Amino acid sequence: MAMRIKKNIALSESGFIFHPSTGDSYSVNPIGLEILNLMKAGQSSEEIKAHMLEHYRVDGDSFEKDFYDFQVMLRTYKLVEDHE
Amino acid sequence: MQKKAYERPVIQRVQTGITSKVGAQYGNRPVTDIDGVPVKQLIERYGSPVFVLSERKIRQNLEAANRAFKTRYPKVQFAWSYKTNYLNAVCRAFHQAGSWAEVVSRFEYEKALKNGVPGPKILFNGPDKTDEDLRLAIQHDSPIHIDHLDELYRLHAIADEVDHKPRVAIRINMDTGVYPMWDRFGFNYENGQAWDALNKIMTMGKLELIGLHTHIGTYMMSASAYHIAATKMADLALGLRNRYGKVVTYIDMGGGFASHNTLKGSYLKGADAVPSMDDYAEAIASALLSAGFNQDELPWLYLETGRALIDDAGFLLGTVISNKRLSDGRKATIMDFGVNILFTSFWYDHKISPAQDSSSYAEDSVLYGPLCMNIDVVREHVTLPPLHAGDQVVVHYVGAYNITQSMQFITLRPAVVMIDHKGTPHLIKQVESLETLERGEVTPDYLNEIGL
Ligand SMILES: Cc1ncc(COP(=O)(O)O)c(C=O)c1O
Repeated sequence: MAMRIKKNIALSESGFIFHPSTGDSYSVNPIGLEILNLMKAGQSSEEIKAHMLEHYRVDGDSFEKDFYDFQVMLRTYKLVEDHE
Repeated sequence: MQKKAYERPVIQRVQTGITSKVGAQYGNRPVTDIDGVPVKQLIERYGSPVFVLSERKIRQNLEAANRAFKTRYPKVQFAWSYKTNYLNAVCRAFHQAGSWAEVVSRFEYEKALKNGVPGPKILFNGPDKTDEDLRLAIQHDSPIHIDHLDELYRLHAIADEVDHKPRVAIRINMDTGVYPMWDRFGFNYENGQAWDALNKIMTMGKLELIGLHTHIGTYMMSASAYHIAATKMADLALGLRNRYGKVVTYIDMGGGFASHNTLKGSYLKGADAVPSMDDYAEAIASALLSAGFNQDELPWLYLETGRALIDDAGFLLGTVISNKRLSDGRKATIMDFGVNILFTSFWYDHKISPAQDSSSYAEDSVLYGPLCMNIDVVREHVTLPPLHAGDQVVVHYVGAYNITQSMQFITLRPAVVMIDHKGTPHLIKQVESLETLERGEVTPDYLNEIGL
């Protein structure tokens, strides 16, 4: 299932995120930015995981744990659509 | 295809007003070695966590302090304050480099003797010296710094039994304009207690008064407090000269110079907030030189500097156990070292560096120790690159008071390694085991069988 980034969220190339309806800004590290871009492109969590394992030196369990935490933060910051 | 290095994905809110954190450039670069020895190798060999001391830095610090004082005052003697760090290897490095010893208890006194310090070069401070302690110090001809009247009277009594005069100084406390005033130790200058004690010593004639001692506080952020203190000490010394024709050999200004650690709540980093060794030296030397001593009666200046000579020579290497997300969204990182071995984390924000290459992106988090106790917080707020379980860190400025005040609470105390001036690491204290912990315990026989 895909977790969707809200449409009005602006992602800059340098990892700077702006939420126009609240005025809040966020920063992500390069890997976080890559994941956000994959999410924007409509990839599912499984696809993102497969992509990351293919390109980075990380095992599935470790990535899943970190990805889960990242998604929790996206939800906390209300950057994703409520309905999935 | 070569896979890329992985880092946890991190997102955090940009706090308005703290614009320097936007894009989160991280100023604290990785520290991958101590004096040329890789952190990884030290941990592999001696375990994690492990304390590492740089002997090179210790000697450089003492040399720099000597230079700061000796270029301003002709007669200077440092005495290593044992309680700051009394591992024998550390004490001996200081002694080899010319430092005497300053001790505040019987076991410290015995340690100094065992380390080969001649009795006359061991300054014996502290409020709790038993008659036995005093006799031992007299036997070795050590300067005894009297803390209170009861000690003075006991010394008078002991002096009657021994064949040579005990050599003594009295500890003075005073108002130097700094709060809190350390008035619980020694005799007060302003209210006349100090003179009262000096008059008693001079009139009774049973003790040989050789010096005056003070220690105005620790981590003193004001050099001018030392100027005031040295002026008052010189006033007492000159008063003794006038009243009794007594010339004291030394004025001991104690310790207390601030190290480069950052006090909690301080806006400035430690190094930017505290006086330099030159500032302290100037404050003390100028006071003594302008006090009005005859040239040939200038007292020696003794210094019992502790933390400023060793804090930055000590490092704690440790490993990340796990990362957590707290209920309020804050990141928490659990380290394998806790406040039981890092006592100074209660008042310092210790500088912490990652020990491996990481991205320049930084993340705010809380650093916890491994103890099953809520108080086990190493840093309430720290900005570090994303750390993963197994990553290593270096905690800086931990050379003073941590090893001596550490306890085997829940976890055992780690090994201590000293890297010599050639860059060779030496184990100077073994990691503790259950055996070390239970040494001295006695279980009554009837508890031998527990029958579960
Ligand atoms: C009598 C005396 N001398 C020297 C010291 C060393 O102080 P510091 O480590 O602040 O230099 C202390 C420590 O409090 C002390 O009590």
